[in-house]
Amino acid sequence: MTFHHRHLLGIEPLHPEEIRTILDLADQYVDLNRRAVKHADALAGLTQINMFFENSTRTQASFELAGKRLGADVMNMAMQASSIKKGETLIDTALTLNAMHPDLLVVRHPHSGAVDLLAQKVNCAVLNAGDGRHEHPTQALLDALTIRRAKGRLHRLNIAICGDIAHSRVARSNIILLGKMENRVRLVGPPTLMPSQVGELGVEVYEDMREGLKDVDVVMMLRLQRERMDGGFIPSEREYYHRYGLDAEKLSHAREDAIVMHPGPMNRGVEIDGTIADDINRSVIQEQVEMGVAVRMAAMDLLARNLRAADRPAGVMA
Amino acid sequence: MSLLIENARLVDPEARTVAPGWVLVEHGKIAASGSGAAPQAQQVHDAGGKCLAPGIVDIGVKIGEPGERHKESFRTAGRAAAAGGVTTVVTRPDTLPAIDTPEALEFVTRRANEAAPVNVLPMAALTKGREGREMVEIGFLRDAGAVAFTDCDSVVTDTKVLSRAMTYARSLDALVMTHPQEPILSRGAAVTSGKFATLKGLPAVSPMAERMGLERDLALVEMTGVRHHVDALSTAAALPALARAKSAGLDVTAGVNIHHLTLNALDVGDYRTFFKIKPPLRDEDDRLAMVQAVKDGLIDTISSFHTPQDEESKRLPYEEAASGAVGLETLLPAAMRLYHAELLDLPELFAAMALNPARRLGLPCGRLAPGAPADLVLFDPDAPFVLDRFKLNSKSKNTPFDGARMQGKVLLTLVAGVPVHGNL
Repeated sequence: MTFHHRHLLGIEPLHPEEIRTILDLADQYVDLNRRAVKHADALAGLTQINMFFENSTRTQASFELAGKRLGADVMNMAMQASSIKKGETLIDTALTLNAMHPDLLVVRHPHSGAVDLLAQKVNCAVLNAGDGRHEHPTQALLDALTIRRAKGRLHRLNIAICGDIAHSRVARSNIILLGKMENRVRLVGPPTLMPSQVGELGVEVYEDMREGLKDVDVVMMLRLQRERMDGGFIPSEREYYHRYGLDAEKLSHAREDAIVMHPGPMNRGVEIDGTIADDINRSVIQEQVEMGVAVRMAAMDLLARNLRAADRPAGVMA
Repeated sequence: MSLLIENARLVDPEARTVAPGWVLVEHGKIAASGSGAAPQAQQVHDAGGKCLAPGIVDIGVKIGEPGERHKESFRTAGRAAAAGGVTTVVTRPDTLPAIDTPEALEFVTRRANEAAPVNVLPMAALTKGREGREMVEIGFLRDAGAVAFTDCDSVVTDTKVLSRAMTYARSLDALVMTHPQEPILSRGAAVTSGKFATLKGLPAVSPMAERMGLERDLALVEMTGVRHHVDALSTAAALPALARAKSAGLDVTAGVNIHHLTLNALDVGDYRTFFKIKPPLRDEDDRLAMVQAVKDGLIDTISSFHTPQDEESKRLPYEEAASGAVGLETLLPAAMRLYHAELLDLPELFAAMALNPARRLGLPCGRLAPGAPADLVLFDPDAPFVLDRFKLNSKSKNTPFDGARMQGKVLLTLVAGVPVHGNL
């Protein structure tokens, strides 16, 4: 068992062996979640607070379910509706919550680095549920678990990540994770949605979708946020769909057994054709949701073990 | 009253020399200097073989008066300047409200005279409220003592407004300073685009935005004939435009922020907001190009761009945190990094930090020549220390050098022959 971190702030600090540890444990939780009685007590007696400074239904539900299945007391706080509106700073909010002695803090924030900042000010374990355009580590881990279970391995695969790379924390965490596990990662999308000098991250960049999908094992689609249209990143939804939307013809350039992934929520007819998303032979989108709960159970379990092992100082670290 | 500082190493930016010698001060001015037998004086100070240079002239210092006195006052900034060997502080008008009327300028002058032990020369805004719509009363403000006109980092986007302000300023022989930046391309940016920005997921601007802004400003300078100073360049891509303007004979000078000479984009690390400055830190190649441009004389001045920010405005997520770093006290030790790295020698550094800014503003200081004001700094370029931000004199402690190992200690600062830091 290898996992030496107090927080899960990103994929970047993780060693490949630690990633394997999380995925192996998550595999066990997948089995548990498929039983009639889905309960364990790894987090019994611990308090988990979900702080979402940005709207989320799926990720928050997944974390909530993960905590409850492991016996934690879970509290959800919709932060955009509360103290932030009253002018309280992020750090004050963190200190206030910290004084309530939570054990696990799950945080999503619209600004890159905000979760790191918060983690410096509390003495519980912090899980990053997405910060700005920076990282979304549990999404990358659940994608990795999905790939590993579908492909039987998580190395030497050709994986194409397609769409709005520039604004995507999911893409960044996946690029880092898949690179660490020694896969070949391609990025496919219009140059306006590609971050600068992204080629230096050890990936291949394609502007043509058909070329980018040629012979890949995994096609990972990203959500196109509608507000990108106003920003002038792409001319129209229909042109985007024509050039970068995943349909049967474009998918035919990938390997015959290539799987199709999407972090959700999907825009059918914008980045993905509905029939592909629903094709049970190709699409693993529902599995991704299932793996999400298991991966989050594993991550929180491991952090709670380290929490118990560490000599935790009482009170607030300011 | 005469004062002799003997047994010094004289750093003379005009003669481009460093040589053992003495300086004789009489009536607040340099009476003589030399290397042979020292003349008699009523008071003699042994410099102990340390370096004596003209005091630093720092163009572009932000002081929180009026409006943000909790971040910095003339008293604290004055002490910080004295401790940093800065004998002339040229203040920015980007206060709350902006310094855009003669009355506001008189307030600054009065507060500076009351509270600051060093020379303070104010700059005024170029347009009212720094809003880029109407030019200020350039004539009245000049008469009231404004040494230059600038809207600081609020770029005048309306080229008609800027061209008229420059034309009017030209008729009064006033110096106009601009911030070279294409404001729409750089809107919302917190860092320079590149691998680091991509990894950290921070909104970024291409370094090309600086060149675009510079090219526009230089075209307007050519059109209007105004005396012009570029506040701070930071990218290699902008330098050819500056070189062309200079060789075409335009009356243009340019500055650089000490942080762009000593730090690069990677120093931001894990979202450390004390490294968030404007323009943002650049690539290492850009840093080295800036150093070379100072060496070649293409860039004329080095400034601290002292920008005090309180803890609250920095203890925020990187995108939301305020920009700027304090620098009055760290300008000299940071510059010594360039000296110890053998990138720039002491005369080159003091040409950029004292002689050139003084000349650009038409000031008699910045030199060791007889007749110049006795604004002097005695310093040990080698003395090592670890910077503790809480020991800074500035009210705000936002320095990127906190905990850094530095070399270069100011032993004595004289303004008009009177010690404002250290003792005779």
